[in-house]
Amino acid sequence: MNREKLIEKTFFLIACSALFLLALITVFIFKEGIGIFLKIGFAKFIFSPDWAPSQKQFGLFSMIMGSVWITIGALIIGVPLSLSVSIFLAEFCPKKIARILKPAIELLAGIPSVVYGFIGVVILAPLIREYLGGPGLSVLAGSMVLAIMILPTVISISLDALHAVPKSYLEGSLALGATRWQSVYMVIIPAARSGIIASVILGMGRAVGETMAVIMVSGNAVRIPHSILEPVRTLTSNIALELGYATGMHREALFGTGMVLFVIIMILNTAAYVFTKRKVRK
Amino acid sequence: MGRSMCLPIIGEPVRMAQGEHMGSPLRGNIMDIRMQIKDLSLWYGQFHALKNINMEIAENRITALIGPSGCGKSTLLRTLNRMNDIIDGVKISGRIFLDNKDIYQENIGLTELRKKIGMVFQHPNPFPLSIYENLTYGLRIHNIGEKSIWDEKIEKCLRDAWLWDDVKDKLHSSALDLSLDQKQKLCIARLIIIEPEVILMDEPCSTLDPIATMKIEELMNTLKKDYTIVIVTHNMQQAARVSDYSGFLLLGELIEFDDTNNIFTAPRDKRTEDYITGRFG
Repeated sequence: MNREKLIEKTFFLIACSALFLLALITVFIFKEGIGIFLKIGFAKFIFSPDWAPSQKQFGLFSMIMGSVWITIGALIIGVPLSLSVSIFLAEFCPKKIARILKPAIELLAGIPSVVYGFIGVVILAPLIREYLGGPGLSVLAGSMVLAIMILPTVISISLDALHAVPKSYLEGSLALGATRWQSVYMVIIPAARSGIIASVILGMGRAVGETMAVIMVSGNAVRIPHSILEPVRTLTSNIALELGYATGMHREALFGTGMVLFVIIMILNTAAYVFTKRKVRK
Repeated sequence: MGRSMCLPIIGEPVRMAQGEHMGSPLRGNIMDIRMQIKDLSLWYGQFHALKNINMEIAENRITALIGPSGCGKSTLLRTLNRMNDIIDGVKISGRIFLDNKDIYQENIGLTELRKKIGMVFQHPNPFPLSIYENLTYGLRIHNIGEKSIWDEKIEKCLRDAWLWDDVKDKLHSSALDLSLDQKQKLCIARLIIIEPEVILMDEPCSTLDPIATMKIEELMNTLKKDYTIVIVTHNMQQAARVSDYSGFLLLGELIEFDDTNNIFTAPRDKRTEDYITGRFG
């Protein structure tokens, strides 16, 4: 076999190993977690709000609602912010400023999540406790911290979508006498719509999956929240907090939690993939 | 030429007799001048792209700009509706008058200007919206008319652009599903619905096949009744077929500007002759 072929094959095998690892993880999670579904039933595991491992009560509904609340909160705060930034960067920002802003935003993605959590605990939670009431560690704190954490994801992907819009649309619109903002609002954003939706979905995936910062700032109480000032526990927090000492059925229930998360993330990523494939038509 | 010459009494078409005209090398008379370019120079950064251009655009006529690639003809066209403004590092000197008003004055309304001077691009660029939304786009941004008269306007502009029969049953389907020449016609319809006065066309047929090109050329001929048209083309036959006046540009200079007939049958400059006889370019 000649050299080229050998190198090609080697790289192919290495690439396959990544896929193999993914398959391994999937199989492992499902093998460890499937037991709990069989023992207490799918519906009870998902829809029962009672989680009391010591009394053999395993219901994920509080955690699912916790994840839903925090994620929606993060999107409500984070998406308008991210999209404003990416629209500004793509359409209005002078090149000089963009050269500073873009790397700065990408840097946000590099900050360890424990640092975000730390800032949330030290600054955000006390502020919420003082001015809005409640314990401070709450849905609101979690959502605000997550909103910042999803910025780089949503911004960079929606920015790519906006940049992919052919320049000729902008020119055509300006040449008709439209202002810059009219062009952006009426032509460019609709043209980039699917990419923008994909960016929001991927941001959502990031918010659902985040663990450390959420554990630190959202209080982790196992109950369905009735206000944004109440503490909640998310699916991810549930695993991280209890895995250290869980055995037997409890351990299976945590892997079951992992399965639920896995499925949610799969659905979100597939949706995002479908949307990015529906690119701007030229 | 004194300044009074380029700022004649408003409302009165500028009339110039032969010989009076020193700024440009035009031999014949242009009767009703719609636009006037005076000592126009343009730089892209350090690159001197247009050098001291002087010419007139006649009303209800087709003026063609010809020349080899990179000679500045598109750049010149884009100075007429200030589309070069969106490019970084462009510097312009000189004046361009539309109806005796300098369009490079500080206080000119850019949106108003571009509504008056519309543009058709080389690559048909309908927006990724429905045919209907493409046509109402100009009406919406300029707040023209009530919605109730839009349908009427749409039908008229589509008929004027010879597109009505092709699209009347699918106004709400995507404009991107049209064929190339239908797209280009839609771009023309989208323009004339807001009733511009001047239409700039930047190689409007270069992506079209010969039959579609012929249709667009015929369309231009009917449009010139109502509109003043400036077309950039590197297709000399096209310039000869459709235009009334032609300007030949080379390396940023307007070498010759004259009646199209003169340009193609009796060019005065050697370089024009070499170009139209195909010796270079």
